[in-house]
Amino acid sequence: MTTPLQPMVRAEQVHKSYGQLEVLKGIDLEVQPGEVFCLVGPSGSGKSTFLRCINHLEQINAGRLYVDGDLIGYREKNGKLHELKDREVALKRRDIGMVFQRFNLFPHLTALENVMEAPVRVKGEPKQAARERAEARLAQVGLADKGASYPSQLSGGQQQRVAIARALAMEPKLMLFDEPTSALDPELVGDVLDCMRELAEQGMTMIVVTHEMGFAREVGDALVFMDGGVVVESGHPREVLTNPQHERTRAFLSKVL
Amino acid sequence: MTTPQDTTPGVPPTRERPEDIRAVPVRHPGRWVAIACIAVLAAMFLHAMITNPVLHWDVVGQVFTYPTVIQGMEKTLLLTLCAMVLGIVGGILLAVMRLSRNPVLSGVSWLYIWVFRGTPVLVQLFFWNFMGAIFPRIGLGIPFGPTWVSWDYNSLVPLFMVCVLGLGLNEAAYFAEIVRAGILSVDEGQAEAAASLGLTHAQTLRRIVLPQAMRVIIPPAGNETISMLKTTSLVSAIAFEELTRAGQDIGARTLYIIPSLIAVSFWYLLFTSVLSIGQFYIERHYGRGTNRALPSTPWQKVKANVLTLSLRNPGGTTGGSL
Repeated sequence: MTTPLQPMVRAEQVHKSYGQLEVLKGIDLEVQPGEVFCLVGPSGSGKSTFLRCINHLEQINAGRLYVDGDLIGYREKNGKLHELKDREVALKRRDIGMVFQRFNLFPHLTALENVMEAPVRVKGEPKQAARERAEARLAQVGLADKGASYPSQLSGGQQQRVAIARALAMEPKLMLFDEPTSALDPELVGDVLDCMRELAEQGMTMIVVTHEMGFAREVGDALVFMDGGVVVESGHPREVLTNPQHERTRAFLSKVL
Repeated sequence: MTTPQDTTPGVPPTRERPEDIRAVPVRHPGRWVAIACIAVLAAMFLHAMITNPVLHWDVVGQVFTYPTVIQGMEKTLLLTLCAMVLGIVGGILLAVMRLSRNPVLSGVSWLYIWVFRGTPVLVQLFFWNFMGAIFPRIGLGIPFGPTWVSWDYNSLVPLFMVCVLGLGLNEAAYFAEIVRAGILSVDEGQAEAAASLGLTHAQTLRRIVLPQAMRVIIPPAGNETISMLKTTSLVSAIAFEELTRAGQDIGARTLYIIPSLIAVSFWYLLFTSVLSIGQFYIERHYGRGTNRALPSTPWQKVKANVLTLSLRNPGGTTGGSL
């Protein structure tokens, strides 16, 4: 069981390189349960890579990364790290929902089938029960009438909300958002952000890579500014966004705000 | 239409809608010239075909329904089916092996494809036929140790099985490359999304990647099936009594060689036509979710064309043009 003070995510000196290129150069941070944690920074700063490390879509090269007290991707035994099997990694990912910049809905399945797929295949829920719950999930994101539509028949904003419903269907304890509104028309961004705001109000722990500073300021509980693979500055969003301490943060914010 | 209904503030009142465009369609005199030329050529060809005494159309009709030809036709169909099933199952297996992170599996798959794609299928058929000479008996037991049971190759693998093995194992090598291309065509984000939901590699492949790969796999797969139907005629070279062989036999016996071959060709044409129709509907099925509007079936197209021809309705949407 989790102790009340155990952070949902703890990163200790996380390093990640692609060949010669070091993308993460020692990230230390903690995300508390129930927190909305915003990662901001210029492109190429490593924020998306770090997010993908949290559910082991990318493997880290050095350091330790814990989710809910468990090491990600490995098991530590007698001071040695053992890689987890495919099945064990899959088991841990059930608890971590992820929403992608480009939605990544399954195009050959309807919206409803997209939401049902994981509960039925992974958790073994009976189809009828899963269908009812999936309908409820879609209603929750305001798409009760779109269950029978294929992703190509939905707008970007609707697709992203289906993607959120799909991730929520696994009842995760942590949600990762990888620039969820960057691929959307400006008109449609609001719907997705509202959806996320509602989720935050329900107490979901969320890590959000975003360029929506307004969202970060209003909804965020903590904010980290990353650049060049390191954490430059962190604190409460209102603090960091209105009164940045570092020159680099100031330069970045002056361009995006 | 004439009453302005839209009075939302900020939107200017709608003016009266201009009448529909009724333009004179572009004339295509070239089409009529082409139709005339082709009609004359076709008439000449048909006339030559019908009046040519060598063709013996009455014999063609008799051979078409001759019992040995019907039996041969049935065997050809069964052989096509069995060889394709072996080819598809083997091809999927080889493709997954080829893309596996296990270097041994991908190496074995590469070697298999190299050998079976690199040698003529006719030669492979001969090999399977004469395998009995290389390995007269096939046994089960401990490798390099005692054998528990053994069978005679020729009784274990009858001629039909030789044909299925020869054609199917060759097909698997080609099909593997088709499946591999299909799997690689699916966006990586799909596998990532599936992984993030907790699906295992195998589930992701079966539920998410393969169904989407099908869209890319089906057209060449249909092609392969049609090709296989005709390739089965090669097994006549190892004395298997299929359709071509049945036709050849009648030709050799009665000296009506060309009419027999024509009769056999009609059977092949018939089945390739049926397969093409089947392929169209399978493609349509796997096109779900990708096209906003599914391609119309031939019947729908005919209906649309007839409608536009008879009504010449202006502004109406037509399915396609000549």
